[in-house]
Amino acid sequence: MSWIILVPRTKKDPKVNESSAMKRIDWLANPARFQRLSRRVRPVAAWLTVGLLAAGLYLGLFQSPADYQQSETVRIMYVHVPAAWMGLFCYVSMAVAAGVGLIWRHPVADLAAKATAPIGASFTFLALVTGSLWGKPMWGTYWVWDARLTSMLVLLFFYLGYIALVNAFDDPARGTKMSSILALVGVINVPIVKFSVEWWYTLHQSASVVKAGGPSIHPSMLWPLLLMAFAYTTYYIWILLLRIDGEIAATKIRAARMRQVHG
Amino acid sequence: MMESISTFLNMGGHGVFIWPSYLLSALVLILLLVFSLNFRKNMEAALGAFRDEKDAHK
Repeated sequence: MSWIILVPRTKKDPKVNESSAMKRIDWLANPARFQRLSRRVRPVAAWLTVGLLAAGLYLGLFQSPADYQQSETVRIMYVHVPAAWMGLFCYVSMAVAAGVGLIWRHPVADLAAKATAPIGASFTFLALVTGSLWGKPMWGTYWVWDARLTSMLVLLFFYLGYIALVNAFDDPARGTKMSSILALVGVINVPIVKFSVEWWYTLHQSASVVKAGGPSIHPSMLWPLLLMAFAYTTYYIWILLLRIDGEIAATKIRAARMRQVHG
Repeated sequence: MMESISTFLNMGGHGVFIWPSYLLSALVLILLLVFSLNFRKNMEAALGAFRDEKDAHK
């Protein structure tokens, strides 16, 4: 990763032709501006979460049929699969934010990566535990060391490693840099989780929604699944914005204390 | 009525696996929400207190 750190691109360089996406990312680097936007988005995300959850739970628990092979246990899918998707999605988001923070010294991106870690870890934990509760009646065991389950556990450890590392240094800038590098290294695990069910013989079933040829799942089960996945996504946005706000305040306190100490 | 509720909760004998999945998901997501709300509130309060302290010294 050292080449990335050695070649920082500065915003003021007139030779760099910035794309509109870059300009938008730059625009959000101002914490005050970010917080104004966050204050407006948060209630929308919160109400969307409540509405989508209500619809998803109603369809999932009352309207969707039992599976012909898995009977009623298929309902665990509506909390298991969205949690697993979000575990992966949050990791990629965290790594992208960490990369943007590392390369462009983007302060809000660093905070977004830090704020995402506990949310992604929670989703990954839920995917593992609900999967375990689904495994017992279907496979006869709570746990098996197959490629999908093991790589998902590794994902949880990457999150926990990131959280430990980002808080491990007295100088928060060092913690941010080290943990960002760890987050980027861990990206290698994401395709391993996704394709583990194809690359190896696993007890875990293969993909039935995000796969070549489109979903092979009946709409009566696909709809509650998608609604729950959208609910988890808006929940992530809501909590992420809350936590970034908290992190911005924490950074301001730290900066003010430093100024006080160094006069 | 009572019978249909208990049939629903029983979930064909699999309720013992299904309900813990839903309850644990709810618990973790609600706790994360509460912790995050508290984290933000405490940090903003600390920042406010710090600014008041600074103003008092002026």
